[in-house]
Amino acid sequence: MSLSYNEQSPVESGVDAALENSGGSSSIPAAFSLFSADYKKNEDLKEMLESNKESLKLEAMKRVVELIAKGKNASELFPAVVKNVASKNIELKKLVYVYLVRYAEEQQDLALLSISTFQRALKDPNQLIRASALRVLSSIRVPIIVPIMMLAIKEAATDLSPYVRKTAAHAIQKLHSLDPDQKEHLIEVIEKLLKDKSTLVAGSVVMAFEEVCPDRIDLIHKNYRKLCNLLVDVEEWGQVVIIHMLTRYARTQFLSPWREDAVFDENSEKAFYDSEDERKMDQNQPYIMDPDHRLLLRNTKPLLQSRNTAVVMAVAQLYWHLAPKPEITVVTKSLFVVLQNIATMSIHRKGMFEPFMKSFYVRSTDATHIKTLKLEILTNLANEANISTILREFQTYVKSQDKAFAAATIQAIGRCATNISEVTDTCLNGLTVVAESVVVIKKLLQTQPSQHSDIIKHMAKLFDNITVPMARASILWLMGEYCERVPKIAPDVLRKMAKSFTSEEDIVKLQTVNLAAKLYLTNSKQTKLLTQYILNLGKYDQNYDIRDRTRFIRQLIVPNEKSGALSKYARRILMAPKPAPVLQSAFKDRDRFQLGTLSHTLNSQATGYLELSDWPAVAPDQSVRNVEVIEPVKETEAPKHGKTKAAKSDEKFYSDTEEEEEEEGSSSEDSSSSSSSSSSEESGSESNSGDSNKSQSEKGSSESDSDKKKKTQKNRKILEQTSAGKNRTQKDEETVKSDSRSESEPGSGSSSSESSSESGSEQESDSDSGTDQKKNKSKPVLPSPVSKVEKKEVSLLDLDDFSPGPVTTPKSSILSPSLLSDLQGLAISPSSSALQASSPVFVPETSHELLHRMTGKGLSAQYRFTRQPCIYGNNMVSLQLTLNNGGDQALENIHISEKSFSGQTVHCFKRLEPQASVSVSMGVDFNDSTQAANFQLCTKEDEFSVSIQPAVGELLQPVSMSKLLGMNESSATVAMTPENFSSQSVSRRVLSVANLGLIPCTPENTHRFSGKTVSSGSVVLVSVSLNDADAQITVNTEKTIMASMLLRQLLTALSNSAS
Amino acid sequence: MIHSLFLINNVGDLFLEKHWKSVISRSVCDYFFEAREKAGEPDNVPPVIRTPHHYLINIYRDKIFFVSVIQTEVPPLFVIEFLHRVVETFQDYFGECSETIIKDNLVIVYELLEEMLDNGFPLATESNILKELIRPPNILRSMVNTITGSSNVGETLPTGQLSTIPWRRAGVKYTNNEAYFDVVEEIDAILDKSGSTVFAEIQGVIEACVKLSGMPDLTLSFMNPRLLDDVSFHPCVRYKRWESERVISFIPPDGNFQLMSYQISAQNLVAIPVYVKQNICFFETGSSGRLDITVGPKQTMGKTVECLVVTIHMPKVVLSVHLNATQGTYNYDLVTKILVWDIGRLNPQKLPCLKGSLSLQSGAPKPEENPSLNIDLKIQQLAISGLKVNRLDMYGEKYKPFKGVKYVTKAGKFQVRT
Repeated sequence: MSLSYNEQSPVESGVDAALENSGGSSSIPAAFSLFSADYKKNEDLKEMLESNKESLKLEAMKRVVELIAKGKNASELFPAVVKNVASKNIELKKLVYVYLVRYAEEQQDLALLSISTFQRALKDPNQLIRASALRVLSSIRVPIIVPIMMLAIKEAATDLSPYVRKTAAHAIQKLHSLDPDQKEHLIEVIEKLLKDKSTLVAGSVVMAFEEVCPDRIDLIHKNYRKLCNLLVDVEEWGQVVIIHMLTRYARTQFLSPWREDAVFDENSEKAFYDSEDERKMDQNQPYIMDPDHRLLLRNTKPLLQSRNTAVVMAVAQLYWHLAPKPEITVVTKSLFVVLQNIATMSIHRKGMFEPFMKSFYVRSTDATHIKTLKLEILTNLANEANISTILREFQTYVKSQDKAFAAATIQAIGRCATNISEVTDTCLNGLTVVAESVVVIKKLLQTQPSQHSDIIKHMAKLFDNITVPMARASILWLMGEYCERVPKIAPDVLRKMAKSFTSEEDIVKLQTVNLAAKLYLTNSKQTKLLTQYILNLGKYDQNYDIRDRTRFIRQLIVPNEKSGALSKYARRILMAPKPAPVLQSAFKDRDRFQLGTLSHTLNSQATGYLELSDWPAVAPDQSVRNVEVIEPVKETEAPKHGKTKAAKSDEKFYSDTEEEEEEEGSSSEDSSSSSSSSSSEESGSESNSGDSNKSQSEKGSSESDSDKKKKTQKNRKILEQTSAGKNRTQKDEETVKSDSRSESEPGSGSSSSESSSESGSEQESDSDSGTDQKKNKSKPVLPSPVSKVEKKEVSLLDLDDFSPGPVTTPKSSILSPSLLSDLQGLAISPSSSALQASSPVFVPETSHELLHRMTGKGLSAQYRFTRQPCIYGNNMVSLQLTLNNGGDQALENIHISEKSFSGQTVHCFKRLEPQASVSVSMGVDFNDSTQAANFQLCTKEDEFSVSIQPAVGELLQPVSMSKLLGMNESSATVAMTPENFSSQSVSRRVLSVANLGLIPCTPENTHRFSGKTVSSGSVVLVSVSLNDADAQITVNTEKTIMASMLLRQLLTALSNSAS
Repeated sequence: MIHSLFLINNVGDLFLEKHWKSVISRSVCDYFFEAREKAGEPDNVPPVIRTPHHYLINIYRDKIFFVSVIQTEVPPLFVIEFLHRVVETFQDYFGECSETIIKDNLVIVYELLEEMLDNGFPLATESNILKELIRPPNILRSMVNTITGSSNVGETLPTGQLSTIPWRRAGVKYTNNEAYFDVVEEIDAILDKSGSTVFAEIQGVIEACVKLSGMPDLTLSFMNPRLLDDVSFHPCVRYKRWESERVISFIPPDGNFQLMSYQISAQNLVAIPVYVKQNICFFETGSSGRLDITVGPKQTMGKTVECLVVTIHMPKVVLSVHLNATQGTYNYDLVTKILVWDIGRLNPQKLPCLKGSLSLQSGAPKPEENPSLNIDLKIQQLAISGLKVNRLDMYGEKYKPFKGVKYVTKAGKFQVRT
C-alpha cells in the first residue's frame, strides 16, 4: 500500500505532508508508519532527504533524529543522510552530525565520504564550525581516519580560539580510546595543552590527562601553580576534575602534614581536640608546609561555597586527604549533602560532625537508603555524652512502620551498646522484643554473659511467641551456650523443640541439634533421651547439612567404640568459650578509597580508579614546579658596573616573572593577552632602550644565552625559598585580582607589561649620574643566602646598572593599594623624602575617544587616565588604552610608531580578532604641559594620527605633604549652594578634576589637597575653604601657568555643582 | 565519563536514549529495572547500581528516571549534579520537564544533550549559552522559521562561552531595567509528641530575576549578614568579597537564577510558626481508632499563616476515615493511605480542628506506630530567620534600575511525630 502511495508522487506527498504540518507537529511519523510496510518504512524519509528543498530535508532529518532518540534503527538511511553533510543550513548540518556520530561505526566505508567535508570545515573562520567539525570527526569511530584525526587534533591544539582547543582536549580522549597506540603522540599534545592559560581549556585537558596518561605526573609540575591559581575561574565541571587530579598529585609531592598520627593513632585523635597538646607536638616536630601545598589548600577553600555539590565534595575530599588536621573542620558545614562520605569520615573524626548531629535525625518520609545512612552516621557519632539523646531518638525509630529500618535501628543500638559499655544495660532493657533485637541481644549477652541469666530466662519465655527463624535460632544458641546458668529452663526448651523439630526452618534445626548436644554433655541425665530423639530426627532430615551435622554430633558425643579419642574432647570442643563478636560499622574499610569516588560509593574498585598514594617519606624536589621563563633573559643583558645591586634587582626580576605568569594565568581571557605580555617584553626593550641597549650588550657580558638562562633559574630557585613570605602576599593579591574578574583593572594591564619597565629604567639610568649608589643603601637587606649567590654571580652577570629609584617606584604601582602601603616604607626615594607618594583617592571612570571607528577603518581606541604611577617611567602619566576591533577583519601588528615623541609604550599585538577588544597601558611624558601628545597608531596596513589632550589635573600625582615650600599662589572665590557644602561633595568634585591626595586638616570648613606634577615633581597644593555661601579656592605651586589652569578648572567644577 | 543516558518513565518505558561514545545496548537498563523492582517506591532506588561492566547512576525527577551509564571511575556526585542540571535545563526551555514535553520536543532535547556533553564531559551547561546555541521553542519563532527557512540553531559561538563570565551574554538590552530578589526560606523541623522541637533548621534561597541592560555590576548587602554562616553561591558571586566584607558582589546572569542558598541551623534562631495538638490512637479492640488534630499559631511575627496543609501517611491497616473538619477540607486516598487536610488560612481566633474516627481492617493487629504529620504552610512578607536585605547598588551602568525584594517563608520538611 505504501509502495503504491509513494510511487504516485513520492516527492509531492512529502511536500504536502510537510506543508500540512508546518506548525511543527510531529504527527507525520505516526501517520506514515501506519501505512508503511515494515522493511520499507523509511522510504519516504529517503525521498525527502534526496529532495531539493531545504525545509523538507530538515523535516526528514528531525524525524530521523527522533528515530535515533527512541532507539530505533535508522541505519539504512545512511547514504541519503551523509549527502547532506555539506549543507549550508546549520541546523540540518547539526542533525546530520548527530546521525553520523551514531552510525558511522556501522557504516565505515560510507562514513569516509564525509571526511573531506570536515577537513574543510576545520579551516573555517567561524570557531564554532571548526570546533563542531573536530567534535564530529573525532567522534566517528573509524580506525582508518586515525592519522587524519591526529593531524586535526595537533592543529586544533594550537588554534587561536580556546573553545576549539577545548574541543581538541576532548578529542584526545576519543582518539585514545579508539587507538591506544597513539598514546605517545597524544601525550605531546596534552603537554602542550597543559601549558594553556585559558580557563576554558584547563578542565578538559586535565580530564584528558587523567584518561590518557595519569601516571605522567611530571607533566603537571610546571603547571601546578598555574592550575591552582586558575581554579576559581574554571567552569565547575573542570574544577571537580582538576581538584581530584591535584589531590593525587599533592599526595605524591608533599610531605604529610599529619604524620604524627601514623605513630600514635588513638592519642593524636585526642590531641587534635586538645589545643595545648597540639602546640606541644608542633614544637617537637618542626614541620614546614610546602608553600605550594598551602597554595592549593588556600585556593580551593572558597570553592566550598559553590552551588555545585560535586565541587563541594571534591574540595572536601581534598581537605580530608591533604589538609593538616585542625583545618579539616572547615569542610564540615558544606557537607550535609553527602551522607555517604560523612559516614566514612565520621568513623575517624567523631568530633567533626557532633555539633550537627541533629541534622541526621530521620524523617519518616526519607527514602530507605537515606534513612540507613543517617542511622549509620548517628551510630558513628555516638559517645558517652550524647548516647542518651541518640538512644531516645532510636527508640522512636524502632517503632517505625518501615520494618527494614526498624531492624537496622536495633542493630545500630547494638553497636552503640558494645562501643559504649556504660549503657549496655540501658540498651538491653530498652530493646523491645522485635525479632531482630533477639539477634542483637544474643550478641550483647555474649560480651558480658555473667550477669544476665534473668534476661536469658525472659528470652526463653518469649521463645514461644517468636516466629522469625533467625531469632529462634539465636535464642537456642543462647540457651546452649549458657545452659549451665539456666539449668531448669534449657531442657524444657529442648523438649519443646523436639516436638516441633520437623516443622522448623533449617537454621533452627541446626541450633536445636547444637543445643541438644550441649545439654547432653552438661546434663545428660535429663536430656539423654531427648537428644537421641532429636538426633534421630536429624538423621533423616531432607537437608544434607542437617544430616551431616547430626552424624558428626552423634559420633562426637555418644561414646562408642569407634569414636576413639575425639569424643573425650567433645565437651571442650562444644563448650569452648567463644570470642565476643565485634559489632562495627560497614563503612569501616571504605576509607581505603579516595572519598567522593565511584569506588568509594560501591566499596569496590571501579575500572579506572586511580590509587591515592601514601605521602612520600621525603618530599620530592619542589623546584620542579618552577616555571622556566626564557624571554626575560633579554632584560638581564646589562653592562658591568658595581656589584651591590644584584640581589635587589634580582629579586625584583623574580617576583616579576612569578607574578606575571600568575597574572597571565588568572586574567587571560584569550590567547591574545597572554601572547601580548610575552611580546611586550621584546617590544618594550626594543622601542625604549633601542640603540643604547644594543651597544651596551655588545660591550657588556659576552656569555651565551644558555648560560644566562641557567643562572637565572638557579637564582630564582633560591630566592623563592627565602622570599617565600613575600611571594605569598603577592600571590594573595593575584587571587584577589583574578577574583574580581575585571578586565580593565589597571593592575592587570600594567603588570602584564611590567617587565618592560626595567628596560625603560635602564635607559634612564644611562642619563642618571652616580647618585644611584646612595639610593641603594636605603634598600631592604635580604637574607644571607641570597647575598652569597650574588657574590658568586658577579663575575658572570652583573645586574648593577639598574637604577634603583625607578625600579622600586613602579613596583608599588603593580601591587594594589593595600600592599602598596606596606611597601611604601621601602620605597621612599631620597629626592622627595618629605613627600610620600600615595595611592590615588579617586579614579574617574570617564574615557575619551582617541580614534573613532569610522576613521580607524574598524579600529577604535579610547583612553582613560588611570591615575596610577606609571610603570614605564617616573615622569610619565599612565594611561589606559582600550582598543576595539569593530571591523570584520582581524587586525595585526598594532603598535605605536617609532618616530613618536618621548617615552611612551604600547605593546605590539600580533592579532586582534574581529569584535574583540583589549586594554593596554601606556605612559606619556607630557612634560607638565597641557599640550596634546601626537603620535601614530599603526596597524599592519594603516597608520592613524591621534592625539591625547590631557587635562591639567591629570598631570598631577597625589602626595602626602608635611610642609609647604615657597611658591606662587593664585586664588579665586566661587558661590556655592548649601547642599554642596558637605566635605564629601567638595572633595569629590575636586578629585574628579585633578589627581590629588586628600590631607586631613583641622578647621572643618577647609579642605586641602596635595600632589606633585608627574614630570618635574613640583608640588601642588589646593585648598578650598568654605565661607557662608561661597568657597575660596587657592592653588599653590611653582608653576604659574599650571596654577591658573588648574584654578580655572576647579572653578568650573565647583560652580557646576552649585548650579 | 558519562557514556550514555536513558530516560525512563515511572511505568518502566524507555523513551529516550543518547550515547556520547559508542552505543551501549539498552539491555543494560535491565539491571536498573531489577533494582527498581526491588526498591518498591521510586524514591528508594539506589542512586548507584553496579552491573558487570557498567555502573548506572540515576536520579528520579518529575516522574522520570534519568539513568546514566558510566564505565570508568568518576565522582558519582559529578554525574548526579549533571543530571540535575539537565532537568533544570529542560525546565528552563520547556517550562516543565515531563515525558510528554520531552517527547514533543525530542529534536531540541537531543540537540541540547549533544551540546551539553562532549565525549561525556560537560561542554556547555550555562542556560544562557545554550539558549544562544539552540533557541528555546515558541510558537512565533516556529512560524517565522517555517516562512523564512531560518533555523533555531545559533551560527556563532556564544560570547559567554569564551569569557570568564560565561553566565552572561553580551549586548543585553531592556526597556525596563528591573531587578527582583525573592528571599525564600523553608523550615525543616521535627517536633516530638509533646510539641517540643527535636530538630529545626532553615534552608533559605535567594531567587533573583534580573533584567538589566549591559554589564551591570551589582552589590547586595544585608542588614544582618551575621545570620548567614553556611552559604553557597551561584558562580557569579565573588567569594572573596563575601569573605572579607559580607556583601554579595556579582555580575548577574540574564533572567532568572538562584543567587545563593544558605542554611541556618542554630536552633534558638529558628522560630516555629505553628503548634499542633494531636491525639491519634488505635484501640485494641473493635478495629477502630480516633484522630483529633488542632493547629494553632505560635511564632508568626504578626503575619498570617496561609496555605496550611496537614498530610498524614496512615498505616496500611487504616481502611477509611470518618472525620469532621471545622475549617477546610480533608481527603483520604484509599490506595496510597494518605490523608490530606487542606486548611488554608489560619485564623487565630478560631483554631481549625479535625476530629473523628478511623476504621481499621478487621482482624489485623493494631499499628505499632502512630503516623507522623507533615505540615505545609506559607507566610508572606516574612523571612522567618529575620534576614533583611539592606540595599542593592549597581555599578558599571548609568540607568537607574527598578529594584524589589520579596520575602516568603514556607514549611520544608516539617514533621510532627505522634
